[in-house]
Amino acid sequence: MAATEQTIKQVNTLGSSDYKYGFSTEVDEIRPPKGLNEEIIKFISAQKDEPEWMLEWRLNAFKVFNKLPKPQWAKLNIPEIDYQDCYYYSIPKSLKDKPKSLDEIDPEILKTYEKLGIPLKEQKMLSGIAVDAVFDSVSVATTYKKQLSDLGIVFCSISEAVKTHPELVKKYLGSVIPVSDHSFAALNSAVFTDGSFIYIPEGVRCPVELSTYFRINAMNTGQFERTLIIADKDSYVSYLEGCTAPMRDENQLHAANVELVALDNAEIKYSTVQNWYPGDKEGKGGIYNFVTKRGACRGKNSKISWTQVETGSAITWKYPSCILQGDNSKGEFYSVAITNNMQQADTGTKMIHIGKNTSSKIISKGISAGKANNTYRGLVNILSRAKNARNFTQCDSLLIGNQCGAHTVPYIESSNSDSMVEHEATTSKINEDQLFYCQQRGLNSEDAVGLIVNGFCKEVLQHLPMEFAVEAQKLVTISLEGSVG
Amino acid sequence: MLEIKNLHVSIEEKKIIKGLDLSINKGEVHALMGPNGSGKSTLSYVLSGKDKYEINDGTIDYNGKNLLELDVDERANEGLFLAFQYPMEIPGVQTSFFLKTAINSKRKYLGQSEMDALEFAKLMKSKAEELNISTEMLKRDLNVNYSGGEKKKQEILQMSMLSPKMAILDETDSGLDIDALRIVSEGVNKLRNSDNSFLVITHYQRLLNYIKPDFVHIIADGKIVKSGDYSLALELEEKGYEEISQTA
Repeated sequence: MAATEQTIKQVNTLGSSDYKYGFSTEVDEIRPPKGLNEEIIKFISAQKDEPEWMLEWRLNAFKVFNKLPKPQWAKLNIPEIDYQDCYYYSIPKSLKDKPKSLDEIDPEILKTYEKLGIPLKEQKMLSGIAVDAVFDSVSVATTYKKQLSDLGIVFCSISEAVKTHPELVKKYLGSVIPVSDHSFAALNSAVFTDGSFIYIPEGVRCPVELSTYFRINAMNTGQFERTLIIADKDSYVSYLEGCTAPMRDENQLHAANVELVALDNAEIKYSTVQNWYPGDKEGKGGIYNFVTKRGACRGKNSKISWTQVETGSAITWKYPSCILQGDNSKGEFYSVAITNNMQQADTGTKMIHIGKNTSSKIISKGISAGKANNTYRGLVNILSRAKNARNFTQCDSLLIGNQCGAHTVPYIESSNSDSMVEHEATTSKINEDQLFYCQQRGLNSEDAVGLIVNGFCKEVLQHLPMEFAVEAQKLVTISLEGSVG
Repeated sequence: MLEIKNLHVSIEEKKIIKGLDLSINKGEVHALMGPNGSGKSTLSYVLSGKDKYEINDGTIDYNGKNLLELDVDERANEGLFLAFQYPMEIPGVQTSFFLKTAINSKRKYLGQSEMDALEFAKLMKSKAEELNISTEMLKRDLNVNYSGGEKKKQEILQMSMLSPKMAILDETDSGLDIDALRIVSEGVNKLRNSDNSFLVITHYQRLLNYIKPDFVHIIADGKIVKSGDYSLALELEEKGYEEISQTA
């Protein structure tokens, strides 16, 4: 079955307004006690058989974390997080001794991914997409590994890369997001568990989409994803990331660090469809999604493009950014953020122009329904060396109902006089006459809202890879169910 | 098909329709004519179920069902179609995609499977050709940057693809040049058969030269003041609303 069909089929089962990924899987887990301290960090490092330098790096990050205050800039109501009341490591027992093949993996876990529409078994693998599946704190399996390695492409879990490609990890880990950036970044650096590592060698155009599917299963467990993507000279890669979690009454923390590095003439396209459990209608439960994503366009003519569709999580705190160091480099940020019920999102981007003739483009679509709050926060910073830099920003907000909020906080700093910065912003309410028109043509109110909102988001959704675009469109409709009528 | 009895409607306390009776049978075309503010468009909105209108009295029977109890989309899927006076723009939604969504909504409601892509493309192509609508236009966002005439043609295209039982045309002739008026009217005439009915709302007799009605009603101040056959439209053109309303 083609991936697209599969996605459609999978999404078609998501008929009702309930969060359909809310099931949990019964597996025996290995879990050290709750709490955040050096012992836990040593435990994590030992579980992963990490080299000494990696443990030292983590312990240093933990020292930094202890000194840093929680970031305060976002317009979010974040309850005090008790870092000691959380598990930092949880892996299914069956995965302890690295299964050699899929046959050795607990069938319950394989079933979980099948239910999520991500079959890992060879004969059923999604065509055109190589998947790394992360279950709680550990990578379960990576598909298409052999085919990719024939091209010299490294696609594996970060834990594996620490051991197999230490020189690359040492060189690039923390080079885009310094450990001391802010407290969530430091926390992740201290306790990160798994995530993907990608290296595309010089001159290689990766022939398939690379993808990671993150699943939080265990209770009270934080997931600390760490992803590192390096595109060497003249290479290209498109990467996509999906996420879900069971429905649970208590909040769970997902604090990720994602670093991208693009060298001369390289291009990285990074797409996310984030559908963590958002909590119930009253705001009980849901994931706290505190994510630091940053890409460095180190080489000349390099390009990094972020596309995100953020529909889940109780709280989203996320600013995928580009550091445009190389001359003529390009950064792009396409974002749809949907908040419904009691969800909160504070998301946007930073475009730091350092090199000459660098350009950036920001298209942000925020949709708010229920009692939700949605903030776009962005920074365009043009340094004095960045002659002829260009930025275009467009921020549109759509409100559904009269109890939600939309906020736009753009910062623009320009230190030279021959750059051009454009900013356009609109805020509108969903138009009753448009809804009536669609309903008069036979669409029920939810489909009508979905259609109009998908139209509103089109400029962003069209940047997603085909397989994801279909899923994202359905997801947009599903996330807004119950928002009208 | 449609039986309206003693209908009273107000919006924000203001009475607009004040005791209107109208009966439309299968296969009939009725024209409703009247001056500005007489309640023509209000009637079309009440029939299609737009909220904000308060029904103070009266009943509307539609094929044996109480129309007022049905939601907007249920009425649509039961075959009631309104060609809007001011069709809405929906940015980011391709016209052909909108058509497909509308058709499949109806099929879903009727318990039928989705129309397959090829069948849909064929249907759309043939109907669009009849109305002189280019395939390029079907790729554009619905009604966005359409001219007034293109919007009205689009309404008729939607109508012919959905083939309604009861179609209401709300001032479809306004904003149309003579060529577009002819094409649109031909589109309507092609659709006419012994099983469906039309309510054509207009200011001017001109449209009725192309779409010949079986009955003509004149509405004034929220009531039908005079009914007759096609000749009433001609008489109206000659004498004007004021004189006709007074003699009624």
